[in-house]
Amino acid sequence: MSTLTINKNNNFQQTNIISLKNVQPRETIYDVKDLNLWYGDTHALKGIDLSFFDKEVTAIIGPSGCGKSTFLKTLNRLVELVPGVRTTGLITYQGKSILDQSVEELRTRVGMVFQKANPFPKSIYENVAYGPKIHGIRNKKILDEIVEKSLRSAFLWDEVKDRLHENAYGLSGGQQQRLCIARCLAIEPDVILMDEPTSALDPKSTLKIEELIQELKKNYSIVIVTHNMQQAARISDRTAFFLNGEVVEFDQTDVIFNNPNDQRTEDYIRGRFG
Amino acid sequence: MKYLDMTAVSRRMNFRLFKNKFAKVMFICSTLFGLIMLAILIARVFTQGIGWLNLDFLTGKLSTDPDRAGIMGAILGTAWLMLIVAPVTMILGVGTAIYLELYAKPGRLKSFIQTNISNLAGVPSIVYGILGLTVFVRAMNMGNIVLAGGLTMALLILPIVIVSSQEAIRAVPQHLSEASYGMGATKWQTVKNIILPASLPGILTGAILALSRAIGETSPLVVIGIPALLIPFPSSIFDKFTVLPMQIYYWTLDSSLVAEYAYLAAATIIVLLIILLILNSAAIFIRNKFQQRF
Repeated sequence: MSTLTINKNNNFQQTNIISLKNVQPRETIYDVKDLNLWYGDTHALKGIDLSFFDKEVTAIIGPSGCGKSTFLKTLNRLVELVPGVRTTGLITYQGKSILDQSVEELRTRVGMVFQKANPFPKSIYENVAYGPKIHGIRNKKILDEIVEKSLRSAFLWDEVKDRLHENAYGLSGGQQQRLCIARCLAIEPDVILMDEPTSALDPKSTLKIEELIQELKKNYSIVIVTHNMQQAARISDRTAFFLNGEVVEFDQTDVIFNNPNDQRTEDYIRGRFG
Repeated sequence: MKYLDMTAVSRRMNFRLFKNKFAKVMFICSTLFGLIMLAILIARVFTQGIGWLNLDFLTGKLSTDPDRAGIMGAILGTAWLMLIVAPVTMILGVGTAIYLELYAKPGRLKSFIQTNISNLAGVPSIVYGILGLTVFVRAMNMGNIVLAGGLTMALLILPIVIVSSQEAIRAVPQHLSEASYGMGATKWQTVKNIILPASLPGILTGAILALSRAIGETSPLVVIGIPALLIPFPSSIFDKFTVLPMQIYYWTLDSSLVAEYAYLAAATIIVLLIILLILNSAAIFIRNKFQQRF
């Protein structure tokens, strides 16, 4: 973190330095510098500076419409699908600007799980095998192995191993979301972006996904957008608080929840607005 | 003090109820009008034509003698025509729809093309006939063969196929293509593996309905100059041909000379109706069977 930067995010810069002192330093995988984004004339993201670290879960919290999901989609450039989007600033992924590589390559390293479970209208097997297939794996045996491994990693294998070739829409909502996670794991990404993955699920399925995230953390870096503050507190190592397209505060999760630096964070955490 | 005066309400109640019932009766009458006309038409066609409809009629060659006349030539002509129309419209129509929906950047050019396609769908079919006559029959010197007629018909239904395919493609939820792009798929892989399979039932339904329009269409072929009396069967796309609605047209035209021609026309109408019924049922079947929920 640059200590020379003097801007409106002064607070956050300082807290970040403090926090970095008392955790073991991890490798930075994503570095976002002065990211601005406009939808037409609407300035949706304003001067975002954030870093994500290897094998950590970073939660992004904030009220609806604060730009959390938009921010997540800029990380894998999926936001470019929206017409009329303009961005400035620099996002580096493992030291290299995300604009300097093909989107296809970037999205192979950075998987995404969406808010609404969105399996393809294909069989469970075909859903998981989709990623490897588009990246050129044709060998049936290897595909079988990938499918089994991914479904096991998503804690779904035992529930679906006898009906791999049935339509994915026959699964329950929670199972569909875990299938989407398995499908994402099948492309062996380094980072998984999750956009409110449990907001459409019942508490039991939510718990399962949270357990899964704890497990995945050992091998993947995870950035998760969530509406649910208890969820952020339970599963994340670091938390960023977004408000009106700005990062108000970014720190270790227990600092954000127990001793926030900014009054607005405090108010949001305590449920005074949002 | 109440605003509503109950005595006034009661006084007007009967008239309100009358208007209520009147509206209902009007709507039923509108529906019945169409249904009754259709019933009369079908009844008349069937009573006139059913007696003439037999295997010899279906498989026979055309003849000036009503007792020996058959419509195999027209059936084959229709089949050959569809052999041109179906692939040409599917390839060009779906290709255009994919380009417009998935590749073309929104802007003036796209809305210009879009407006023109919608306008083309409203151009009278006889104008397409004149286009076909000018371009295919005369300029390209094909003559009035299956290929020329098929290309003309393909142009006629192309706007319909494009618009219905566009709707089918637009109906594929965004979150499916996002999932595919999110895994690093290219645009073409996403189109081929996700968007096209998901929109295929809709595309096919639209295409079949458009084809059945082409099967029943007459005026472009009149302009192209399809022969009134054609004895030999067409055996390739370079042969002269006639189709079922043309046969109906000429027989009806000549029924003032030979009265039996009217019955032959009626029998041919039955055949045409059955073919259209089968095609429309196929469209409904495909729509229901392969309709996916997302």
